[in-house]
Amino acid sequence: MSETLRMLTLHNGGARPVQEVPTLDWQQFRSVILNSVASGAHVAAMFGHVPDGKDCVEIFAVLADRESGQIHVAKSTISENAYPSLTIDCPQVHLFEREIAEQYELLPEGHPWLKPVRFVKSHRSNHGTSKRPLIGVTDFYRVEGEEVHEVAVGPVHAGVIEPGHFRFQCHGEQVFHLEISLGYQHRGVESKLMGGPNKRTIHYMETLSGDATVGHTTAYCQSIEALAGCKVPARAQVLRGVALELERLANHTGDLGALSGDVGFLPTASYCGRLRGDFLNMTALLCGSRLGRALVRPGGIVYDLDESRAKELLNRLETTMRDVTNAVDLLWNSSSTMSRFEETGKLSLETCEQLGIVGPAARACGLECDVRNDFPAGIFRMSHIPVSTAVTGDVFARAYVRWLEIQRSADFVREQLQALVGGTIKTTLGELAGEKIVVSLVEGWRGQICHVAMTDPRGHIARYKVVDPSFYNWMGLALAMRNQQISDFPLCNKSFNLSYCGHDL
Amino acid sequence: MLISQIIVHVVLLLVMPPLLLGVIGKTKALFGGRVGPPLFQAFFDLIKLFQKGSVISSTTTWVFRAGPVVGLATAILAGLFIPFGGHASPVSFSGDLILFAYLFALGRFFTASAALDTGSAFEGMGAAREVTFSCLAEPALFFGFLVLAKLSGSLSLTAMLDGPMPNSWGAAGASLVLVAASLFIVLLVENSRIPFDDPNTHLELTMIHEVMVLDHSGPALGMILYGAAMKLFVMCALLLRIVAPFDSGNIWVDWGIFAVGMLALAMVIGVVESIMARFKLTFVPTFLVAACLLSAFGIILLLR
Repeated sequence: MSETLRMLTLHNGGARPVQEVPTLDWQQFRSVILNSVASGAHVAAMFGHVPDGKDCVEIFAVLADRESGQIHVAKSTISENAYPSLTIDCPQVHLFEREIAEQYELLPEGHPWLKPVRFVKSHRSNHGTSKRPLIGVTDFYRVEGEEVHEVAVGPVHAGVIEPGHFRFQCHGEQVFHLEISLGYQHRGVESKLMGGPNKRTIHYMETLSGDATVGHTTAYCQSIEALAGCKVPARAQVLRGVALELERLANHTGDLGALSGDVGFLPTASYCGRLRGDFLNMTALLCGSRLGRALVRPGGIVYDLDESRAKELLNRLETTMRDVTNAVDLLWNSSSTMSRFEETGKLSLETCEQLGIVGPAARACGLECDVRNDFPAGIFRMSHIPVSTAVTGDVFARAYVRWLEIQRSADFVREQLQALVGGTIKTTLGELAGEKIVVSLVEGWRGQICHVAMTDPRGHIARYKVVDPSFYNWMGLALAMRNQQISDFPLCNKSFNLSYCGHDL
Repeated sequence: MLISQIIVHVVLLLVMPPLLLGVIGKTKALFGGRVGPPLFQAFFDLIKLFQKGSVISSTTTWVFRAGPVVGLATAILAGLFIPFGGHASPVSFSGDLILFAYLFALGRFFTASAALDTGSAFEGMGAAREVTFSCLAEPALFFGFLVLAKLSGSLSLTAMLDGPMPNSWGAAGASLVLVAASLFIVLLVENSRIPFDDPNTHLELTMIHEVMVLDHSGPALGMILYGAAMKLFVMCALLLRIVAPFDSGNIWVDWGIFAVGMLALAMVIGVVESIMARFKLTFVPTFLVAACLLSAFGIILLLR
């Protein structure tokens, strides 16, 4: 408890003055992080920030304590060009440290695998050469020996999917090690957000990861609304929740179909492909866009749902859910499919906790983590969705957790639409307060979406940090592939179904 | 009369194979609740491919270009040895079953060599898988032939499958059931069908046969697809004669029975593909050993 006293405590979507974030020396900072993580906290974000007009870097750590539902923030100032790495003692920060090293030219001394994350040029213009390194050109882990061979896949893939490079060290069909190298989709979103919000900001947010539009936009709006001190009407909160769950329904259904497609089980693959479209069309009924674009805006939502459309939505939900149940039952009842799913791509609970895996992938290992339950905001304060977990941590568990979540999300949408609260759907936002910090968490369909916003004295964005669930989870996929058959990689990959552009930003 | 029979045989061999792919596709679409590609899609694909140009990597040698040609040539040749329905095959001699089996092996050797010639990690992996599984499928095929040879007292495919087949079911039905089951597995493996391989997947890491031909394009790819369809057709013809040895007495009615039987067999393959997922790759050898055992027990039943 004494450790958390040394940090600033926040609630999901609650703003506090930036000055209240305590500045710790590295030793204290280190022990605060290690102790919190040891007692179960999740490193939701760790990022660098250059204070105005100074030649040092502040490293912020955002720790999410699932038990108390509190978020703790602390920072440490680094004026040298290096600091002792935390990764060995706290693997959760491994990718954050690599990201900071790349963006701010700070060397985490003792980091076991220091490599570029996105191959970007340094954010510190007055430092070094600041040339963007050649993407994908780096050292890869190599296994040497007779009969060991290397398989390189991508960045251009056979399907119409995003680019990413995968390098396997194999012994025959068995995978010893998989290394994933991304960054091909880097757009520089975080730096474009500085000085905002402006007209473009919301569109960046909607396309951080296109299939999680509602999730990311809700996280953004939550943080902007907190900075402006604006109260969102209840009806808007409900409809945001409905849109978020429809997004989850569409993507989970699509994933179950794609999983069966990957093992060549056609009935579920083709039915779920269509049913995903039906869920997308329900989102379109809500706002005119199948991907939920132009629905969620700071201050509320843009389109109201009148009674006849609410009824139509409920009807469509019933018929679609009946079809989904049939299609997915086919999957569970097919023994040849189950033999492919079970025992494939296992991730242990320990690995999961060490790496800070989130979302369905973590819940499939038995980790009870769900932002809707642990850090409820908006409608989820009023209406609770049970956390869906499984125990085995294999492809089957990840598929099964999705199915549980489909059912529970459908129940939630049904419940909300049957008794829709009245009132307005939008309030005016007002000016953003200066020198504030806010952490906003949302359970997107892939898992925890974390946005951290800080404002300068004039109320403009001084630093905006986005952590997509994929950022936490890619390493989980790499470890799940150890000692698996290389032919099972597409199946494992699909069972995580991570975003490339959400990671690359 | 003989010439007309040979002409019918050759025409069927050249024209019908892509139709089987169409029937399989339609059956799968039906199970998936889709309309599916047209019945003649494989023909359209072939026509399209043969009109295209080819891209050939500068790192490859003549082996890469020989692969598709040899693959197609061996399939056509093998098709001349197998009797369709109750009709004698155009070419036959004592011991032609050995040549029949190794014509496919020759085609496979060149396909795998062409794959290795590209130097791609994927294609090497595919070649390794294909060769491993084929050498397990080979004994199953030969044990099956052994049963048929014992029943007919001949080592020629025509003599084995033509005359005695209808009577053999009465004499050694149990053996033939085992052989038919074993040959059906061999048929699915050799033609890269689900549950052993997925001809429609786009995931290179899971492919067996398809990954070996990723670098071929245009007419070369057309030859590969055509050769693969023909191989499927020839092996279906072999299996069909064993499971449905009907002779009506009228030679033209027999051709009709054969054609309908082939389409029905394609539908059966389509049904199997629709209701099953692919096996784990490590499970495929186990299944092939089971196929060998089925055929071997077929022999034991004959010898008792």
